[in-house]
Formats: sequence, C-alpha cells, structure tokens
Amino acid sequence: MSFVFWLVAALTVAGGLAAVLLKNLVHCALALTVAFAGLAMLFLQLDAQFAGFAQILVYIGAVAILVVFAILLTRSSETPKGAGIFSRTWGAGLVIAAAVFAVIGWAVLQSGAGLPHETGVPSVSVQQIGNALMGRYVLPLEIVALLLTAALIGAVIVAMHEKDGAK
Amino acid sequence: MLGEGILKGLAETAKNFAGSFVSEDRLTTVEYPEQRIPTAEAARVFPFLVYDGTDWEKGLRCVACQICEKECPPKCIYIEKSKDKKPDYVGKMQIYPARFDIDVSVCMSCQICVEVCPFEAIKMDTEFELSTSDRFGGLLFDREQLAKSNEHYHKIHPTEASEVDARLAEEKAKVEAKAKAAAAAAAAKAAAPAASVTAPVKSESTPAAGAPKAAEAAAAKPMAQTTTAAKAADAALNAPAAPSGKPAPASTEPPKTAAPDAGSKTSGE
Amino acid sequence: MTEKADQLFVLLKDWLVSFLPGNWQGVAGVILGVIGIAAIYPTLFALAVLMERKGLGRMQNRIGPNRVGPFGVLQPIADAIKSLTKEDVVPVNADKTVHFLAPVVLVVVAFMGFAVLPAGRNMVLVDMDASLLFYFAMGASTEVSIFMAGWSSRNKYSLLGAMRAVAQMISYEVPLLLSSVVIVMMTGSLSLVKIVEVQHHYTWGFPHWYILTPWGLAAFVMYAIAATAETNRSPFDLPEGESELVAGYFTEYSGFKFALFFLGEYLGMLSISGLGTTLFLGGWSAPFSFLEWVPSWIWFFSKVMLSITVLIWVRGTLPRLRQDQLMNFAWKFVLPMTLLNLGVAALWRFMGEGWLRWIVCSAILIVVYVVAGRTEMRRKHFGPRSYRYAE
Repeated sequence: MSFVFWLVAALTVAGGLAAVLLKNLVHCALALTVAFAGLAMLFLQLDAQFAGFAQILVYIGAVAILVVFAILLTRSSETPKGAGIFSRTWGAGLVIAAAVFAVIGWAVLQSGAGLPHETGVPSVSVQQIGNALMGRYVLPLEIVALLLTAALIGAVIVAMHEKDGAK
Repeated sequence: MLGEGILKGLAETAKNFAGSFVSEDRLTTVEYPEQRIPTAEAARVFPFLVYDGTDWEKGLRCVACQICEKECPPKCIYIEKSKDKKPDYVGKMQIYPARFDIDVSVCMSCQICVEVCPFEAIKMDTEFELSTSDRFGGLLFDREQLAKSNEHYHKIHPTEASEVDARLAEEKAKVEAKAKAAAAAAAAKAAAPAASVTAPVKSESTPAAGAPKAAEAAAAKPMAQTTTAAKAADAALNAPAAPSGKPAPASTEPPKTAAPDAGSKTSGE
Repeated sequence: MTEKADQLFVLLKDWLVSFLPGNWQGVAGVILGVIGIAAIYPTLFALAVLMERKGLGRMQNRIGPNRVGPFGVLQPIADAIKSLTKEDVVPVNADKTVHFLAPVVLVVVAFMGFAVLPAGRNMVLVDMDASLLFYFAMGASTEVSIFMAGWSSRNKYSLLGAMRAVAQMISYEVPLLLSSVVIVMMTGSLSLVKIVEVQHHYTWGFPHWYILTPWGLAAFVMYAIAATAETNRSPFDLPEGESELVAGYFTEYSGFKFALFFLGEYLGMLSISGLGTTLFLGGWSAPFSFLEWVPSWIWFFSKVMLSITVLIWVRGTLPRLRQDQLMNFAWKFVLPMTLLNLGVAALWRFMGEGWLRWIVCSAILIVVYVVAGRTEMRRKHFGPRSYRYAE
C-alpha cells in the first residue's frame, strides 16, 4: 500500500464523490471522467497494462463522451431550480448503498485471505490475454460482439424511426 | 477513378510551389514598400491646387469663387477670400484665396470639387502615403501644402493636363485676340473722330459729336462700364459698326475723350 | 564513429546520469528523457508552423511571411511573443474552471503520446508491452478536452463546433485503429519498438517497410485519411474552420490559452505523423541498406517532417469537406475498406512466401477500390430536396 496507491485512490474517491455531489450535470460527468482516470491508474499500478489502457480508451474516450452527449442532447444543462443535491427518497438510497457496500466488503475480505503476497503477482502480457480470448473465452467474445452489433443497429433504427415518426 | 482529382490537384499545387521560385509571373506578390505598383492614370486620392509658373502664390489658378466649398459633400474645404486682387492667367485681376484648407481625413475623394471648378484650379492628386502621427492637425492641409505646380499635374495625369492646358491656352488666345481687335478698333476709332472733326459734316463741338456717338453707344451697347480702356474702346467700336457701315477712320484721341462723355451720358440716362 | 553519432543522445544521457548516486539514476534518466522530449518537439512545432506558412504561401502563389528575420525564419518567435502578451479574455458566463483546464488537458495528453515513439535506436522513453494501445488511449482523451473547450465557453457556436469535432474524431477513430490493427496482426506485438525492429530488415537493399506491401499501402492511405481527420486538419477542418463558426470550439480563447490550443493541435499532428512513421515507414530505419551510416534519429525526424510536408500540401490543395460528406466517407467507404484490408493481410500471411501473394492481394484491393469508387462517384439523382425541420 504505497504512497502512490493512496494518492490515486484519493483521486478516484474524490472524483466519484464530486460526480454525485456537484450541481451542474456536465461537471458531474467530467468528475466521473476523473474517477475513470483514477481507476485506470490503479490498473496500471497493478501492472495490468492492457486493462489500464483499455479503460482509458473505452471509458474516457467513448463512455464519458457518450454520457456528455446524452446529457446535452436530452435536457438543458441549466441547474434545476429549487432541487437540492439529495432527492426525496434519500433514505431508501442510503439503505441500498449500505447493503451493496456490505456485500462487496464481505466478498473482498473473504477472498483477502487467499490472495498471494504482492511479489508473487504474475504479470499478464497482452499476448496471453489474446490467446485466452481466442482460445478459452471465444464464445463469450462472440456473444458480446453480437450483442454490441445488435445494440448499434437498434440505436440506428430507433433514431431513424424518430425522424420518420416526427414527419 | 476515385482519387484521381485529388492527385491532379496535388500536382497542380506542387507546380505552383516549384514555379513560384522560378518564374516571376507565378509569384504575384508585390513586396510593398520596397516595390510599388504604379497607379493608374485616372487614380484619384485627395485634391490639390494647381499653380502655373514657378511662384505658387502668383500663379495660383484658384479665384476663391467658393463653388467647391459649397458643393463638397462632407464640407471639408474652408476658403477665406483675400482683400486685394492679383492678375490671373489671361491678365485679368481676380481675388485669390487668403486661406484654403482641406481636411484630408474628412475628404471622401468623390472629385465633385474638381468637376464643378470653372477655373481648372483644383485637381485630384495620386499620393496616398500620407499617414501621420498627429491626430488633429496632421491631415489638415493648408494653401501652401495644397499648391502644386502644373508640371506636377502633367506628371500624374498627362492626358488630362494636356487637355486642360489646351483649353486654357485657347481661352487665353481668344481673349488676346479680342484685346488685339479691340485695340485695333480703338486705334481706328481714334483716327476716325479726328478725321470727322476735320470733316465739315461732323463739325459740331466734340460733346455734340460725342453725344450721338454716346447715344448710339448707349443704344447699341447698354452694358455696365468696366474700368479697362479696352472695354470702352470696344463699346465705341461697336456703336458706329452696328447701325450703319460708316467709314470710321478711328484715331485714339477722340474715343478717349468720348469715353468719359459716353460714360457720363449713359450714367446720366 | 557512426555508432557514436547514432547513440549520441543515449550516451549523453548516460554520462549526465552517472553523476548521481545509484538509486537516483533511473528516475534521473527518465527526467532527462522528458526534458529532451519537451525541448525537441516544440522546436519541431515551430519549424512546422514556419513550413506551413511559407509553404502554403508558395502554393498559393504568394510569399509567406518574410519580414521577421532573414526569409521570415523568426516568425514563430514573433507569434509566440504576440500570444503571450495578448489580453486573456474570458467570457463572463463561461465556466471558469473548465475553461481554464481544457487547453491544459489537451497539451498534457498530446505530450503523453510522444513517450512511446521510438525516435532512434534505443531512444524510446517508455518501452511498454502495449505501447500502441497507450498511444490510442491518449488520442481518445483529446476528445474530452475539445468537448470541455466547446462547452465551457457558453457559446452556441463553440458548442456546435465542439460537437462536430467530437463526432468527427470518434468516427475516424475506428478506421485509424483498424488500419493499425493490420500492422499489429502482421507483427504479432503491440510494442512499437518491436514493430520498428521487424521492419529493420533488408532484402536486395530494399527495406521491409510495411508501406511497401499491398495491404500496407492501403492501410497507410487509410491511416493518413483518418489521421488528417483526427487532428482536425484540412480538408476535415470544419470544426475549427476559420471561415465557418468563427473558430469553432476555440472561439472564446485568446492569448496564451489559444497558443496552447495551437500547440496542442500541431503536437497532435507531429505525434500522429510519428506513429505513422513508426508503423508504416519503418521508424528509424534507413531506406536502403547502404544508407545505414546516417544516424537513426535523423531518419526518424526526416520522415516525420516529410509527413508534415504532405499534410501541409494536402491542406493547400483540397477544399473543406462538409460534415455529412465527412461522416459518410468514414462509415461507408473507409471502414469497409479497412475491414477488407484486414482480410487481405490475413490472406497474405497464409499464402506463404512468393510472388503469387503479391499479385492476388494487389488484385483484390485494386478491384474493390475501383468498384467502390465507381459506386461512390455515380451521379446521384438530384430530385426535389426533402427538408427535415427541427421539431
């Protein structure tokens, strides 16, 4: 648990907190981007190069942009008047968040006993990931590809239908 | 084929690039202020006053008629007339501008002042590098700054200047011809009354001889008297010529005496 | 001697680092490398700006700037002084933090891309297993900064320009990646150092550069098109078009922040040229085996500046593409061609050595290109236009 880890973890948590606490929605999206970047740095610190760079490429380069586009195209970016940060059902939200945190914490602590020490972590090269994807995990890969293609075509059809329907 | 147009375009641009180092007409830049394109002959920028000869005060063509001041759309001309007179290009005494200011920062180069000037006194200059750091007086040109010689006018607008010169020379020639003819007629007239004095037909007293002459002069040419002797001789010449073809061996002496009489007679009437 | 000249910078770094105690040497070496990058690439940026202004001028039948210094070579310095001393105007309604951070993010991300480019033999700052992926990750982060710039200005036109720019960059990201994937497939590694080393072999004097293969040439052309679009360069510069949308997403920037945007754009151009050189043109390897005595870093930077020259040449030649033409081109023409290229490269690998594979692969690519070109250029029916109005 080195100094770099604490720094990056603080950055990630700060980004996540800002993403839920800020008033302006686009600011929240940008804070989320910072949280993604923090996660990528954690991956890199664990020597998982592929995962880290893929995180930046996919999450920051595509998902964050998508989130921002969605915000800008569906609602105005002005802050809604009179609404505070906390919604009316904040009690139920707090309970659910606590439950999820408890489950994840229990899972992490349970598996913590079985983890090897830091020096024994194997470094996974990109070639090994590639071999695994094409060998052992080829079926999930193809199914995910089909799913993404279906999503893409669905998006195009939905957009086209809107234009036709509006005419 | 797709992409062919792009390749042709790239070749054209490469030709331009290489050609601009080699041939002069590919590179059309004029590196101002080291190189300058000569202005066209009909270029106009701001007005200037023309003067003939070498002395700008004596040869200034402007007679301060103030027509250009009145016609100027942004009213950038300011003229003050002089108290005395000086002779113009035909020799006639004209007033001249004691002050002639043009505010060049206001002037819009419309050339109306040039078009309306009856004396070919104001023309358009072609100099445009007039920038100055004096915001208020730097672009207010007075009489001395505006006066430029006729040679300068010839240099910048040769065909126009030759035309103007020809016109002015023609007018001057006409006036001189009239003066010569008037002088000749006056000489003849001077000889005629002398002859008529000696002749028995017209042996009345000079005032009597002067009276019908004066009456005829008044009848023929009731015009305002000018102070020049030439004009009086003109009137005396026209008077006998108009009613009948009397032989008039004129001599210079009686018309001179007749003139004040004719003048007194006309003014009396 | 040539060995020394080739490894000049490496030897210099080793000598400087040797003054420090043992466990500081690694960090010091990296810092020296960073200083080297921060010194060389902005100088190349100044050179590129100068080349652009003079070169574009000559192509347009005029002299470029020639007043500052002999033949105008000190013009970038004059530009720098002007940018630094201009007043920094921030609109009243602008989002100040985001407005400030956008050019910073752009320049940071642009500089990060240089870390993995091998500028010469043993001259790469970071040698990672997945360096190509890192490079593309940095390229994708540029879009965030452009969006931030456009949105924080609170200006409809800036926002529109930013949206267009981001849409364009995302749609050309896919052909960029796919044309690079062909190279990765044939090399077998994502590491840029390994890619250059594979290209460093010679047969009969000719190098094994990937551009000299049919699929490599096709991939290079598509990479070049995608790279021009990624860096918002003419003919794809609608978002920053100087006669459209004022200046697009950096309308509201003046002074030093504008200079940073300008710097970021040209650094992006340099780094994508650097990547193209590494992937297709053999990186730091010499064109012919008898030219090996010239230091490797000279070859690398010459090839990068050659790519910049071609980019400037294309800018001076082509008119700007409209947004919908651009997107159509990306999705309907370039993307299918890159996929086909992938298949052709695989065919190349499986056909084994020999002249047959050259003929077959070239034939496939040329035929498909001509047929697709004919369909794209077919005269479109100009019927009555139907307009879609905003609801």
